[in-house]
Amino acid sequence: MLNESQKLNPKLLDKDVEQTPLRQGYGEGLLQAGKEDENVVALCADLTGSTKTAIFSKEFPERFVEMGIGEQSMASVASGMAAMGKVPFIASYAMFSPGRNWEQIRTTVCYNNSNVKIAGAHAGVSVGPDGGTHQAIEDIAITRVIPRMTVVVPCDAIESRKATVAAAKMKGPVYLRFAREATPIITTEESPFEISKANLLRNPKTPQATIIACGPMVYNALMAAEELSKEGIEVSVLNNHTIKPMDEEAVIEAAKKAGAVVTVEEHQVKGGMGSAVAEVLAKNRPTLIEFVGVQDRFGESGTPEELIEHFGIGISHIKEAVKKVLERK
Amino acid sequence: MISHLTDDKIKFLEEKANEIRQSVIRMLLEAGSGHSAGSLGMADIFTAFYFHISKHDPKNPKWEERDRLVLSNGHICPVLYAAMAHSGYFPIEELKTLRKLGSRLQGHPHREWLPGIETSSGPLGSGLSQAVGMALAERMNVKNEGSTADKTKWFYCFMGDGELDCGQGWEAVMLAGREKIYNLIGIIDRNNIQIDGFTEDIMPLDPLKDKFESFGWHVLEIDGHNFNAINDAIDEAKAIFEKPTMIIARTIPGKGVDFMEREFSWHGKSPNKKEAEKALHELRTLGGKIKGEHE
Repeated sequence: MLNESQKLNPKLLDKDVEQTPLRQGYGEGLLQAGKEDENVVALCADLTGSTKTAIFSKEFPERFVEMGIGEQSMASVASGMAAMGKVPFIASYAMFSPGRNWEQIRTTVCYNNSNVKIAGAHAGVSVGPDGGTHQAIEDIAITRVIPRMTVVVPCDAIESRKATVAAAKMKGPVYLRFAREATPIITTEESPFEISKANLLRNPKTPQATIIACGPMVYNALMAAEELSKEGIEVSVLNNHTIKPMDEEAVIEAAKKAGAVVTVEEHQVKGGMGSAVAEVLAKNRPTLIEFVGVQDRFGESGTPEELIEHFGIGISHIKEAVKKVLERK
Repeated sequence: MISHLTDDKIKFLEEKANEIRQSVIRMLLEAGSGHSAGSLGMADIFTAFYFHISKHDPKNPKWEERDRLVLSNGHICPVLYAAMAHSGYFPIEELKTLRKLGSRLQGHPHREWLPGIETSSGPLGSGLSQAVGMALAERMNVKNEGSTADKTKWFYCFMGDGELDCGQGWEAVMLAGREKIYNLIGIIDRNNIQIDGFTEDIMPLDPLKDKFESFGWHVLEIDGHNFNAINDAIDEAKAIFEKPTMIIARTIPGKGVDFMEREFSWHGKSPNKKEAEKALHELRTLGGKIKGEHE
């Protein structure tokens, strides 16, 4: 039932599927982008290890700026560098960039139309034991609301690398969202990836519902779909990695075909990817939707697995949401 | 390099500054809102830069070899626009469109709308970071090319004293000090006022010189209305290697218009018709006085 044209990881459904953190893909992508374009530079706010910026800074120390814990200045310094022809990537935890430095990103980057890329690591509740202070679950909302901003939430480390390279090649501000934990590898080198082009990963002939997911939650969505299939419920799964500008056509098409939608994200449901999907569908193809995500609460401490369950974003919750939307149909 | 200011040049600059101040009053009257005090206070420094110090080409605003001037306190853009118009970036007539719908002269400067503006600014405290970023990028570019061409490009950041309340500015101060960015020159409009009152009452900044020095900057204090002092300070700043330079320019808010001078209530206010007439009359008279002194 997996979409063959997507050339997904053959071991995707195995228990021992390989797991890598998304941020690893960022570091590798940054290095690749840096090799392809000498104007690519990196800035980091005292988190070169966690954000994997170190992969780049070791290779290109002269093209790296250590900012110290100064996220606000980091965004504006990057804007200045972009004004001189550089392609700056700034990295920190998503809570601090684009969290703490939102206004600098809004004004000195986006309003200014600067070619700056923002990498937010440690997004979502799966940050784990560090607790609610460090779990960015508002970052999609605050970035997608800014004009000119492109917002990408890759589903695995491979897609993260591709998204980083693609961001370097396009002009304009881009927000790339990464998670902390090692998560399953869903795609392969051969899988298609293009910013603003959603990928239909699972495509049963007559889906009863479609799950639209982003980030590592795409894996949970696929697992839920597998289990539902065994119970006789067929759902499609759309990897909606670009929140803005969204692949409206793919979202409308998936909704049209299935007639019911479940959105899944590791983010507040208010203002997140699901909200963006609802905006598209309300206007073009009114469809029943269930929103799986954080329900207007702050994060807290726990293991990543515990927290995903605690906040109702686990595989069982996605299945419940599918059943609920089918009941409403 | 900067040439010595002759008496004739000083006379020319004083007249230009006076014309620019009159333009500032006219455009603020036309707009019906905007910031008077800081615009008038910085008129001499803007005149010195646009008519003597800066390497720029009004007919070719995107000239790659130009110096970069970042205005951090975007609210004093009336004086920036006036200096640009008088130096030939666009017709002086266009100054009347300030703050109007569709105007290139936005209430706070917008880089994309008006060629010659280096960055869109307004929210305070972020300009110095941008200037630091520009200078750092230039240093990387020059290294790539394997030359020492960076000596030819200077990065200026004009900022208000009130915006030194913002934490971000100090992040940039630390970074520039660490990086020893010698082709970065900051100018603080030290007029001692901000919206709610005097800076030293709202949030004391002194000893300002010590603060910057402790972060590795070379610091100069000058009279921001004295063209020789402005010119000499820039010369000295350019001669300092291994350190960025901060010039603390003491200015009088509302300079040139008696009833606006040192009045913080004029920070964010524009003159009405009667006040504008009075201000213009005074500026015209002062123009005569300056001429008299140098003739």
